[in-house]
Amino acid sequence: MSDTHSQTVPFVRETMIPQAEPPVGNRGVILWMRENLFSGWFNIITTLISLYVIWWALSHTMPWVFRGIWNASSLTECRAIRDATLPEGTSAACWAVLTDRWQQLLFGFYPRELYWRPVLSLVIFLVAIAPVLFPRVPRGALLFTAVSPFVMFWLLWGGTAWFPISIGLGFVLGWAAWRALAPMAGTLVASIVAVALPIVYWLYTAGPLARELEQVIPFRMEYVSSQDFGGFMLSFIIGIAGIILSLPLGILLALGRQSDLFIINKISVGFIEIIRGVPLIVWLFTASLLLNYFLPPGTNFDLMLRVIIMVTLFAAAYIAEVVRGGLAALPKGQYEGADSLGLSYWQSMRLIILPQALKISIPGIVNTFIGLFKDTTLVVFIGLLDPIGLSNAIRASTEWNGIYWELFVFIGLLFFICCFSMSRYSLYLEKKLQRGHN
Amino acid sequence: MKKSVLFGALTTAGLAAGAAQAATLDDVKERGELNCGVVTGLAGFGAPDANGVWEGFDVAVCRAVAAAVLGDPMAVNFVPTTGQTRFTALASGEIDMLARNTTWTFSRDTDLKFDFVGVNYYDGQGFIVPTALGVSSAKDLDGATICIQTGTTTELNLADFFRNNNISYEPVPVETNAEGQQQYLAGACDAYTTDASGLAATRATFENPGDHVILPEIISKEPLGPLVRHGDNEWADIVRWTLNALIAAEEYGVTSANVNELASAPGTNPEVNRLLGTEGELGGMIGLENDWAKNAIAAGGNYGEIFEKNIGENTPIGLARGLNAQWTNGGLIYAPPFR
Repeated sequence: MSDTHSQTVPFVRETMIPQAEPPVGNRGVILWMRENLFSGWFNIITTLISLYVIWWALSHTMPWVFRGIWNASSLTECRAIRDATLPEGTSAACWAVLTDRWQQLLFGFYPRELYWRPVLSLVIFLVAIAPVLFPRVPRGALLFTAVSPFVMFWLLWGGTAWFPISIGLGFVLGWAAWRALAPMAGTLVASIVAVALPIVYWLYTAGPLARELEQVIPFRMEYVSSQDFGGFMLSFIIGIAGIILSLPLGILLALGRQSDLFIINKISVGFIEIIRGVPLIVWLFTASLLLNYFLPPGTNFDLMLRVIIMVTLFAAAYIAEVVRGGLAALPKGQYEGADSLGLSYWQSMRLIILPQALKISIPGIVNTFIGLFKDTTLVVFIGLLDPIGLSNAIRASTEWNGIYWELFVFIGLLFFICCFSMSRYSLYLEKKLQRGHN
Repeated sequence: MKKSVLFGALTTAGLAAGAAQAATLDDVKERGELNCGVVTGLAGFGAPDANGVWEGFDVAVCRAVAAAVLGDPMAVNFVPTTGQTRFTALASGEIDMLARNTTWTFSRDTDLKFDFVGVNYYDGQGFIVPTALGVSSAKDLDGATICIQTGTTTELNLADFFRNNNISYEPVPVETNAEGQQQYLAGACDAYTTDASGLAATRATFENPGDHVILPEIISKEPLGPLVRHGDNEWADIVRWTLNALIAAEEYGVTSANVNELASAPGTNPEVNRLLGTEGELGGMIGLENDWAKNAIAAGGNYGEIFEKNIGENTPIGLARGLNAQWTNGGLIYAPPFR
C-alpha cells in the first residue's frame, strides 16, 4: 500500500517543520495593538482621539518643562534669560524659584545648620516603622519603635532631652501600675489607676522633674520653636503624627461602638458622629480660634500641637467607621468561636477578631491616611506655613511675585510621590495577607 | 479621654490665671520678644525672604516697636495670620500687636474691641484693565466681568460703586490675589479690582505691564494701620508713638544714617532733641528708655525710608507717595508734636 502512495505523490515530508513565529501582523506589539487599540471602528476612533489629546497635552507642557530656566535670582531675571536665549514668544518654566527656595518649601524656617535633625528623625521614623510594616525584621526592633517617638520629638524641637524622657516615664509608670495592681486589685481598678496615674504625673511632676534633672545633668541641644516649622516638614509631622495616633484611637472607638456597655457605646457613637459630621476646616478653626478663648490668656498652647490633636481626632473618627466595617464583615461564627475557647474579651479581640477585621479594612484605612495626609494642606487657612502657605509667601516676595505653576507642580509632585508610595504599600500588604479563604 | 481631661485641667487653670493678667509691656519685656501678627505673604508689605527673615512695609512697624521696647529690631516673633484668624489671634493674646494691612473701620475699632493706633498707609480700591479694552474710566465698565476677592470689603465697595453709578457688572469670584492675577491674565474677566497698592504690585509682575492700565478712580477709603487690643492703653501708647516717631523722623530729616549722630548730643532743633531723648524725658512717660525712638528709627529708618525700601518707586512695586506723602508735601501723613 505504501508503494502506491509513494508513486502517486511526488514528495512527502518526513520531518515536522520547526515551529515558526506567527506572521508579523499577528504577534508582539502589533498584535497587542490590534487587539487592544484598533479592534473595530469605535476603538480605532477612540484610540486616535486619545492619542491626539495626549500628544496635544504633552506637546504644550513638555517643552515648557524642559526649556525651564534653573539659574536666576528673580522672575524678572528668568524672563530676561528666556528672551535672550530662546526665540521670541516661547514660554519656559522658571524653575529657578525652586533652586532659590527649595529649603523653605521642604523645611520652612527651620535653622539651616540644623537641617540634619529633621532628616535624621525621618530616617529614624522609617527605621522605626520597619518592624511594624515588614514581618521579616526581628521583633526586638519593636523596642526601638516604642522609644523612637520621644527621640524624634527631641530631634525636631530640641531643648532639654530630659523633657521627652520624663514624658516617656509616664508611660512606664502606667505600665508598672498595671502590672503591679492587675493581679491583686482586679482589671478595672488596675486600668483606672494605669490611666489616671500617668495623667497626674504629666500634669504636676513631669515638668519640674525635667527641669531638676536638667540642672543636675545638663543634656540639651538648640531649641527650635514650632513657629519655625514649615513646608513639607510640617505636613509630614502633622500627617505622620495624625496617622500614628489615630489608628489605635480609631480601633478603640470602633470597639467602643460595638460594645454592650451603655456609656462607652454612647460616648463612642457621639464622638464619631460629631467629629465626622463637621468639616475638618471647622475643627481646624476651632483649634486655632475657639480654643484661644477657653485657654487662659498668656498660655501658649502650641498651635501645631492643637492642630495635630484635631487632625488625629478627625482621622480617628473615620478610621473607627472603617474598622467597624471590617468588624461587621466577620462571620458571627468567629466571635462565637472565640467565646467558646474561653478567651477573655481582649484576648479574643487581639488574637481572633482584630487580625481578621483589620486585614479586611486595610484599603479603607490607607485610603483614610492618604486623605489625612493631603488634608494637612488645609492648615494654610489658619496661618500655618505648609507648602501651600509657603508658596503664597514666596510669591509675595518681590523677586518671585507673579510665579504660579512652577511652585504648584513641585508641591503636587512631592505629594504624589508620598501618596503613591502609601497606596503601593497597601497593595503589598493586601497581597501578603491574602489567605485565600475570604 | 486623656485629652478631655487635659483640656479640662487647662481650662480650670485658665480661670484661675485669667484674673492676674499682666500688662502687655511687662509680658513683652519678660519674654524678650514681641509677638507680632503679620500677613502670610503680601508683596511689599510682608513676606519672608530666602533666609526666612521677614521684611516688608508692615513688618518694619513690628521691628520698630521691638527696637523701641527691647532695643533689638530682630527680637520679633512673627505670627503669620490670615484674614480670618487675625482678629482672634489679637483678641486672645496670642499676638501683642497686629500689623497686617488691616483697614481701620468703625466696627473693628469699637465692636471688635481693638484700638487702631494710627495709619501707616492710605489705600483705596481701584481697577486694572487691559489697555486694549480702550477704557479710560471705571464708569465705562458697564456690563464688564470683574474679578473680585470674595468675603472682603472690596466686594461690598464694588457693589456700592456700580449701584451708585447705575451701571451693571458681572462678578467673577476669586479666592486669593494670586488667583485673581491668573484669572485676569487668562482673560476670565475684563477687569480686576483690589486695593490700589495690590494692583500696582500685581501689574509690576506682568510680562508686559504696559499692556495694562490702572484706572484713575479710587472707589473706597482703606486706611491701613497697626492695631492692639482694647484695654491696655499704655501698650497702645507705645505702638502709637513708635509709629509717630517714624513719621516725625521723616518730617525733621532724621534718617537711619544720621540718627546716631543726632542722638549723641543735643542739636539745634528742640523737637528732634526731645524725640531722640537728648532733651526731656519722653521715654520715661511711656515706660521705656529715653533712647526708644532712636532705636526705632535706627531699626529700619524713618517712615519715608521704610516706604522707599519696600514699596517705593524704585522697587518693583513702584508706588508713588501720593496720599502717603508728609503733610508738608501735600499728603496725609502727619505726626502730632513730640512735647
